[in-house]
Amino acid sequence: MTNPGLQNLSLVDVALAALLVLVNGAISVALTLDLERKLAWAAVRTVVQLLAIGYVLGWVFAYDRWYVVLPLMALMTLIAGFAGSQRGSRTYAGQRADSIVSIWVSAWLVAAVGLFVVIRIRPWYTPQYAIPILGMILGNTLTGVSLGIERMTSELTARRDRVESALALGATRWEAAQAPAREAVRAGMIPTLNQMAVVGVVSLPGMMTGQVLAGQSPLQAVRYQIVIMFLIAASSGLGTVGAVLLAYRHLFSAEHRFLASRLIERAARAKRRAAG
Amino acid sequence: MSNPQSVPPSATVPLVAAQRIVRRDAARDQTLLEPTDLTLDAGERVALTGPSGSGKSVLLRALALLDPLDAGHVQWRGRPVTRARIPAFRRHVAYLRQRAALLDGSVEDNLRYPYSLRVYRDVSFQAARVRSLFERAGRGPDFLTRDASELSGGEAQIVALVRVLQLDPDVLLLDEPTASLDPDSARAIETLVAEWSGRGREARATIWVSHDPAQARRVGTRQLTMRAGVLSQAPPDAQTATPAREAGR
Repeated sequence: MTNPGLQNLSLVDVALAALLVLVNGAISVALTLDLERKLAWAAVRTVVQLLAIGYVLGWVFAYDRWYVVLPLMALMTLIAGFAGSQRGSRTYAGQRADSIVSIWVSAWLVAAVGLFVVIRIRPWYTPQYAIPILGMILGNTLTGVSLGIERMTSELTARRDRVESALALGATRWEAAQAPAREAVRAGMIPTLNQMAVVGVVSLPGMMTGQVLAGQSPLQAVRYQIVIMFLIAASSGLGTVGAVLLAYRHLFSAEHRFLASRLIERAARAKRRAAG
Repeated sequence: MSNPQSVPPSATVPLVAAQRIVRRDAARDQTLLEPTDLTLDAGERVALTGPSGSGKSVLLRALALLDPLDAGHVQWRGRPVTRARIPAFRRHVAYLRQRAALLDGSVEDNLRYPYSLRVYRDVSFQAARVRSLFERAGRGPDFLTRDASELSGGEAQIVALVRVLQLDPDVLLLDEPTASLDPDSARAIETLVAEWSGRGREARATIWVSHDPAQARRVGTRQLTMRAGVLSQAPPDAQTATPAREAGR
């Protein structure tokens, strides 16, 4: 599968590029941002994670069995779910499960549509398609889900008085939660909408760039990118709505009560965990 | 009416009856409200006093079913309140919080908001009625167009009260509605509530939480006190008798 037109990169070439991180380090030192350690850690993670996934993918592509591909996809989804639940200063018991469930259901549903209906891959688990496409969907869905949950908890914290006043007036739990839930879904969908608005004009997406670098005709690469954009949009929309609804179910009881005491500071929760 | 035990049980069904209701704070392992019985009959005006943190708000919120009860139950006109009936129950039993929480928009937007809720589908906003209520509170007709975010605390509380009164509740649960208000607004609140009670011809009832003994005497015909989560009935003449007794010593 080596492409004659493609410049192969040696590890020395990669190391040269890695030196560019010193630019960020210099900025951090000059402005005393105190980000050097974070920066170093992030750089190391970039290198290690990508090298690791390169080896894993090389092996998976060569081995090419559904019972290898599927667990890998499940693992990617779980990691995305965990990452999606890390945001926001307030959290609630069950937030992580909500994040995992909403990302899992939406990303897999949309990926299935993309792989089986649009691209029609054979066999159905072809890793060269399934893994990168699921990966791109997951990355964007996780942003939507985490922004959605974060906005939901922060809106409910800030608007607690209004939510309770609405309930006291006789609003159902859904009527009382509607305004915060709307804001949360909006917040979760905006990054995708922004991305769709500037794609091709400001940013050339990585997948498209990669295909072009690999010798694919730009017109084909663009078609793929259009499909991917809509898959991403659908999945992050579904995932955000799902996550916000799950959060709503956790924070409002069937007796039309707002269970504000379930919203706890993330720091306090971590402390209690450590003590327990 | 100050002692419901003296009324024959068959005479009236109380509007609201709480039986052995308990509220606990599980996180801090604290009892906020000890097992409490309370009946509120039509025509009753209860004044509830007690030190801050003693559980007065906890009791009112529990009666409005706004917080989960750890034991006991609340009845409306002799019947338990089912899940599905809770919004309707809160339409009858209106809880007014200490600090008004208004929505973005004008005063009128705030007054129209309840009519967007399912439980008020059968009624509609009456501008004339609202204007006359505001007039009783000393606010002109242009008050409706004011921006809610620009109102003073007192004005906001008047809006919150009118928002509830226009909906004709049967019971008002007032959680220190005039605490931290200017005297003028506090008087307006008292006037509005008194007139609402008067119009009900003994069919309406209030529980008014206050930390001001003089106000408690003004607004209540039955005096209750709360101490460390325990509700007790003050003797009918306790509030007025106390200074005299002290003077005699």
